[in-house]
Amino acid sequence: MTLIDLANPTRFLALTARVLPWLAAATIILLTIGLYQSASAPDDYQQGATVKIMFIHVPNAWLSMFVWGVMSIASLGTLVWRHPLADVAAKAAAPIGAAFTFLALLTGSLWGRPMWGTYWEWDARLTSVLILFLMYLGLMALWRAVDDPSRAARAAAVLTLVGAINLPIIKFSVDWWNTLHQPASVMRMGGSALDKSFLIPLLVMAVAFTLLFVTLHLAAMRNEILRRRVRSLQMTQASQKAA
Amino acid sequence: MPVAGGERFPNRRKPPMTALAALIRRDIRIALRVGGGALIGVLFFLTVVVLMPFAVGPDLALLSRLGPAILWLGALLASLLTLDRLFMADHEDGSLDLITMSRTPLELACAAKALAHWLAAGLPLIVATPVLGLLLNLDMVATAAVALTLLAGTPALTFTGMIGAALAVTLHRGGLLMAVLVLPLSIPVLIFGVAASQAVIVGPMTFGAPFSILCALSLVSLVIGPFAAAASLRHGLD
Repeated sequence: MTLIDLANPTRFLALTARVLPWLAAATIILLTIGLYQSASAPDDYQQGATVKIMFIHVPNAWLSMFVWGVMSIASLGTLVWRHPLADVAAKAAAPIGAAFTFLALLTGSLWGRPMWGTYWEWDARLTSVLILFLMYLGLMALWRAVDDPSRAARAAAVLTLVGAINLPIIKFSVDWWNTLHQPASVMRMGGSALDKSFLIPLLVMAVAFTLLFVTLHLAAMRNEILRRRVRSLQMTQASQKAA
Repeated sequence: MPVAGGERFPNRRKPPMTALAALIRRDIRIALRVGGGALIGVLFFLTVVVLMPFAVGPDLALLSRLGPAILWLGALLASLLTLDRLFMADHEDGSLDLITMSRTPLELACAAKALAHWLAAGLPLIVATPVLGLLLNLDMVATAAVALTLLAGTPALTFTGMIGAALAVTLHRGGLLMAVLVLPLSIPVLIFGVAASQAVIVGPMTFGAPFSILCALSLVSLVIGPFAAAASLRHGLD
């Protein structure tokens, strides 16, 4: 079973129907473990209990960039390899990515209030993530504005690849500009700065959120394929009626 | 193509640079003549800047503090709105098909069109900046700083906006959707353009750092813009 075999939507639907329950179950189990571990993690000596926002905030922020990365690969699939399901993947990922980005901004803002004393600050990391959120919304608007899906797919693919420039800017913004948001502390040279009691729940949550994305993404792709089928059936019916 | 004969096709021997120069000359000429509308951008710029004192109140001290931001916003909107028809007019009269089918690489042709657009619609904005600076109570140094940052930054606006223009022609949609798609990409240019101008006026940052980043943004978009626009034209036109 390679990527090309999945080009057949029926085969894709059959495979995902078998895989999805397992993925959903794994997501629920990991999320439960992760949430339990996060809740039982010790309070920070400085931040107190608010440090627990991190276990939600950081995975959401990671996923917001990861989803754009997935969409960029799917866009390459649309433009270069002409994979039939690539644009379905790109379209289905956009609202999910927007949701993760929104949650990252929201939890960050809630965390920022007690820690920095402000809900919002025009700092480099926050601004670049906000731009990412706006680009997600723009892409969704593009998908909704054009009725021919294949035409919209190619335009969205070009735009997604251009927007991918923002990803390294987000990643390195905290290193390039010395601003309010703390610099990278989990993935950095010379090992993580986090204590094990925080690091392990965080990693569990990150894996759980990634699984959650995969589950939601596959389900959304199935819906999109079915939606397109319904639409083409309706079109055929309408043209038969007219004839 | 194996068709021989430089006599039948006298243009064949000419290097592609000549074709690009001709394209640039043509676009500038069209933009400046009746029906072109390059100078409407300047008029729009003027109108936006004149609107600002009505919105924030005619406080000269406040205006001189907001001046660089107002000028940058006006230039951003003006260049975005004039870009809308960069490819649309050529698409309507069919010359875009000729450009896409010609032997000149489409990426270079896109770059030439954007350059022509910048010369016809971007440069007048910078020329108008000193006059508008007077209206906003900016002193000589501040006006010069804003004009210099606009000179360095507007190419980035044109070349990223070109992507939106190419999408607009392939989707048969312009206006608000394109603005929504392209404006987020222009936020970095706005940030560093205003930061560099403010650095001259109020300090304490140095002018050099944000100004170099602004130049870098222009250079990067100079590379990415033509490729993205050409890709969307190639895949989108039918």
